[in-house]
Amino acid sequence: MTAIPSSLSPLAALRRLYRQPLIAGGVLLAYVALALLLLLNLDRRDVWFPQYTMLVFPLIVFAPFLVLESPLPTLAKGLSLALLLGVAVPLIGIYDSTYLELMIQISIFSALALGLNIVVGFAGLLDLGYIAFFAVGAYIWAVFTSVADTIFRTGFEFAPLTIGGNTLIAGFNVAPMAVAGTGLITVGSITLPLHAFYLFIFFGVLLAAVAGILLGLPVLRLRGDYLAIVTLGFGEIIRVLFNNLGEPGNITNGAQGLHGVMQPGSAFLIDPVNGIAGVMGVTLRTPAPVASQMLFYFLAIGIVGLIILLAQRLDNSPIGRAWTAIREDEVAAIAMGVPLVRMKLLAFATGAACAGAVGVLYAAKQTFVSPESFSLLQSINILAMVIVGGMGGIKGALLGASIVTLLNLHVLTNFALQINALRNIDYVIPAGSLFLTLALVTALVLYIIWRSTRSIYDAGQQLRSRLTGSVITLVLAGLLATRIVDFHIADWPSQLTPDKYQRFVFGILLVLMMLFRPEGLLPSARRKLELHREETVHEAEDIPDLDQRKTDDDFAAGR
Amino acid sequence: MEARSPADWMYRFLLFPLGQMLAFIAGSAFILTLLAYGIALLFPEPRPNIVLADQIGRQLPGMVISGITTGFVYAMIALGYTMVYGVLKFINFAHSELFMVGSVVGFEVFLVFSAQAMLLTWHPVLLVAIAVLSAGLVSGLLAVTMERVAYRPLRGAPRLVPLISAIGVSFFMVDFVRALMAITRNDFNLTYPLNGVDWARAPIPLLIGTTTVNLRPTQIIIIVGAVLMLLFLNYFVNGTKLGRGIRAVSQDMTTAGLMGINVNRIIALTFFVGGAFGGAAGALFGMNVGTVTPFVGFFPGLKAFIAAVLGGIGSVTGALLGGLTLGMIESFLNGVLVYFPVFGQRYTDIFAFAVLILILIFRPSGILGEKVDEKV
Amino acid sequence: MKLRRVTLLAVMAALVLVLGASLTTAQDAKVIKIASQSPLSGPQSVLGTAIRNAAELAIEQMSGPLTEMGFTVEFVPFDDQATPDVGVANAQNMVNDPAILAVIGHLNSGVAIPSSEVYDANNLVMVSPANTNVNITDRFLPTVNRICGRDDAQGSAGAAFAASQGVTSVYVLHDNTAYGQGVAEFFQAEAERLGLTVLGFEGTSETANFDGIIQPILALSPEMIYFGGIYSQTAIFIQQARAAGYAGGFLGPDGFDSSEFAAIAGDAGVGTFYTTVAAPVTYFPDAAQFAADYEAKFGEAPQPFAAQSYDATGLVIKAIEIAAARSGGEVPSRALVASLVRATRDYQGITGTYSFDAVGDPVAAQYYILEVGSADPAAWNSNPLLQQVETASPLSAAAAGMAGS
Repeated sequence: MTAIPSSLSPLAALRRLYRQPLIAGGVLLAYVALALLLLLNLDRRDVWFPQYTMLVFPLIVFAPFLVLESPLPTLAKGLSLALLLGVAVPLIGIYDSTYLELMIQISIFSALALGLNIVVGFAGLLDLGYIAFFAVGAYIWAVFTSVADTIFRTGFEFAPLTIGGNTLIAGFNVAPMAVAGTGLITVGSITLPLHAFYLFIFFGVLLAAVAGILLGLPVLRLRGDYLAIVTLGFGEIIRVLFNNLGEPGNITNGAQGLHGVMQPGSAFLIDPVNGIAGVMGVTLRTPAPVASQMLFYFLAIGIVGLIILLAQRLDNSPIGRAWTAIREDEVAAIAMGVPLVRMKLLAFATGAACAGAVGVLYAAKQTFVSPESFSLLQSINILAMVIVGGMGGIKGALLGASIVTLLNLHVLTNFALQINALRNIDYVIPAGSLFLTLALVTALVLYIIWRSTRSIYDAGQQLRSRLTGSVITLVLAGLLATRIVDFHIADWPSQLTPDKYQRFVFGILLVLMMLFRPEGLLPSARRKLELHREETVHEAEDIPDLDQRKTDDDFAAGR
Repeated sequence: MEARSPADWMYRFLLFPLGQMLAFIAGSAFILTLLAYGIALLFPEPRPNIVLADQIGRQLPGMVISGITTGFVYAMIALGYTMVYGVLKFINFAHSELFMVGSVVGFEVFLVFSAQAMLLTWHPVLLVAIAVLSAGLVSGLLAVTMERVAYRPLRGAPRLVPLISAIGVSFFMVDFVRALMAITRNDFNLTYPLNGVDWARAPIPLLIGTTTVNLRPTQIIIIVGAVLMLLFLNYFVNGTKLGRGIRAVSQDMTTAGLMGINVNRIIALTFFVGGAFGGAAGALFGMNVGTVTPFVGFFPGLKAFIAAVLGGIGSVTGALLGGLTLGMIESFLNGVLVYFPVFGQRYTDIFAFAVLILILIFRPSGILGEKVDEKV
Repeated sequence: MKLRRVTLLAVMAALVLVLGASLTTAQDAKVIKIASQSPLSGPQSVLGTAIRNAAELAIEQMSGPLTEMGFTVEFVPFDDQATPDVGVANAQNMVNDPAILAVIGHLNSGVAIPSSEVYDANNLVMVSPANTNVNITDRFLPTVNRICGRDDAQGSAGAAFAASQGVTSVYVLHDNTAYGQGVAEFFQAEAERLGLTVLGFEGTSETANFDGIIQPILALSPEMIYFGGIYSQTAIFIQQARAAGYAGGFLGPDGFDSSEFAAIAGDAGVGTFYTTVAAPVTYFPDAAQFAADYEAKFGEAPQPFAAQSYDATGLVIKAIEIAAARSGGEVPSRALVASLVRATRDYQGITGTYSFDAVGDPVAAQYYILEVGSADPAAWNSNPLLQQVETASPLSAAAAGMAGS
């Protein structure tokens, strides 16, 4: 992108230095150590705590991505990742379980983003009802282990269904399935120990995959936006069904949701957790919930790890290349002999299976499942993760999930809490800082105007747009600047407290992201090529041998 | 091609579209009535003391009128989706927020009317026209701004990119309007000051056969307003030079550009017209419902989107057909499902979606959608 | 590419370090925080914001005694976005802040139930102003309380009222949410028990155009329609039903209790009955004062659940006062606060007098049945009181495992 010859730029020199594994390792080690040190020294009593935690915790979350992008040898990378996720994160989690909760949710959403990435990113099938498969997984565990009075608990007598004198369905009885609250699950006549939870993860995978195929079958002929709308409809149907199946036979407990869902036993982790806490000098008043969180954390990253392996294998396999072919040009793919039906169904099923697995986990973690968790907005959220990270790439999906989840649950929340804390102590922002902020915002807006007018090829029009935009911005900024005085945060109107406007910020970020980096933060090489064809030519050496992959004639082998 | 006789003009821009609307309404009403009676034949008494055929007979006029009103609102919103899709092949996810903005502008306009005591002294037609036009204007301009800021720089990017940008715009707009209303009105539920105003609220009894149906005046306003605006749109798209530009760009943007059409201007115009229709629909909807919120756009927007796909996205006639059909289907489902306790009205949306999926399976490009040639 | 990111992060880290070094101004230790959690964004934010605002107002007005004891009382509002994931993440954040001693919250039962599991695991007390779902307290968690009524009690009170008015046939609608459906189901069960004919039981997510739903109701012509839902939906329904020619009565739960109801429904709403736990202000002059203060501070009239949130916060502050006194002027432990909240007896709030039973329900919930008297929103507080029903908390019934399907 830059025109500076690489040998002269100091940036390039640093970059060359960083390419040395040893130096990179040192830098990374220092980075992680610094982040850990900062995080473990944060004090909740500090007025500025929300701001610090808002800035510091993401450093830890992004560390694995830095490791992955570093020039370290594979073994060292794996070891660093294991240390980061297996040791550092649990330590932080014991210190403050908020971070553990965030990591669990990031992992759950990572799994969802990875699954959706298979459907949307690999195979190019826009799915707006993806959350339905998550719901299927969550309900399969919740229905059997909830203490709610579903027919599985109370037994049920199906009265013969007669409408207008015609018997449609003959009556029958379902025997009550007593769900023992003490570590036993009874399904029909089979009694299972609570460890059956792990079995249910597989059931979740299976059932969701079946649901994926059921969705896939009717939509095979559809493409693009039609596919989007049908999948959206499918997602809504599943949600409304779960909402409605509370009567006449109570299967899902309807809108009330299923509460008291069982959790797999985590008592074996209490002692280790307490031990580590002791070493760290932290006293855990309530170790049991932390132990259970720890279990869910390891389960979640385990599932994510498996999905990553699966996605990687698929992407580099004939199947993955068939998906790419479908995504790029369906007609050409058929002509080349790609088995369209099988490949599309496989994509839907694989993507759905990922969601099903974490769905089971989610139900157990929350101990409560209700239809309102599976709304269209959640589907859109996951899609946003995939796209923010970079469609078609595994690291991209992970990064997208991390960023969006962090933003939603951590950064924006803490930002609001920080403002609130400052209100409480009647903090005054000096006019100088306000002025600086205004100047920065103005500069940003000018930059946006500059960038967004790049695509106008008519030079005169481009100049006019830029001039008008800049003049308007500067006049507005000037007007605002005359009004700047020391600002008491407490004077901020209560209607505008930022805790109410998280989506507002999220919306702006999405638009900016699309304007400036539509290929996502960590784009797959191919996607990058599609979006910046003329720019990436200079960086051609960075792009893996795409051409070779294209010419590889292995569709035939894949069949 | 041009220079036609007045009779021909009348036919093309008045009689034909009107006939089309009537045919769509009558057709869908007829088919659904047949279906409803068919169900009544199968299940004469779905619940004790309920004779389904009798109930349907009693409800029929009401269901049809309700279906038409809902249908026209859907159709007007669906137009925005379909026109933008026609030229850009892109779903403007934020279109539902243009509808919302229209309904909020309508509220503000009526508030002014109310404060100036114009509600009872000025002629209702004038008041409604001012409100609808200003809502349309604001929404239209907003749509153009939206296109300029958030979509135009992304033209040529893969289709998911502008879609996400549109989702961002949608989030932003909802909270922006919410903040604006919180500051200026200190409220969230924006209630049109029409309660107690007779021309808007006094029911008009209408005797159909043996049953009396109480029509709300605002339902008539919706129907008349929508028909007028749809006629205008038909004229605009098919009878004017600008309209020809829109059609040209939607067929082939590059060639249209080479032929000397200012593509950017035409796209902006399309956004303006689509947004204006969404905004106008919002004001009409607001008058009818009485209360709007910054979140009001989501469901009508979603339904209209479905309607657009149902009719065949990209086709203006298709949007009309899809909107009316969907409105009718919903109204009939609500009217009939109630007698089947196993389902009930809570299954209306499921059945509506199921109809959509079925139609798309058998006609993947919608009822009126053209079969697009595959690129090879 | 890679390097730029690294430099960026390094700069960020350095920035944090500098900031951190310069600003290690820990507050004095005697800070007590009371948190609220409710949806502040999204379509349900009207009600969620009411809960938040009323809690803030209560802390401002009632923390005097604690301030005199040398504490700084702070309010920490959280936005649960009506989403369980967000609610649980926020709950984790709260329990890790040792200064937070109580939570006022949740509008949605779907968020309250999983979040309260987290609170309870950490002894953090929660008092709900709005969750009427029976499962909130029927899980017997020692830290979970509510000062609003239960769906079962309120639904039954409504049905009893309908029967007492000589109504013989009803049509039941609900909004497909946990709240509306819950209360409507209990209404239906009690109505059938009392011998009323239930002509229909329907759920609808429709919020604007009820024409299609009204047609079958007109054909069935019930004497009364019960709508389990919130005023923003039900008032529109009532207006459209009246315009369509429905002549019978309307009855609803405390979701109707907002002056906005009158504003939206207009003349059509006059004569609508509703059950509520919040007493009419004519009986409790404090409530009028609250409404005035609320309007002065936030510039809008209090919405449903605002008064309950105010009382919940007041009750919590009272408990913290006692706990602080018992702890010798130090910040009390959460467990102590939780046990004292549960032990609350005869707390005089603006909506009634509250004592908690062993599971955290108000011992005797007062249900008032009111009639909308005027289309003028300003006259909402003078809606005539028709009946006053006292229902004991269904602790015994709950213990036997109720909520039959």
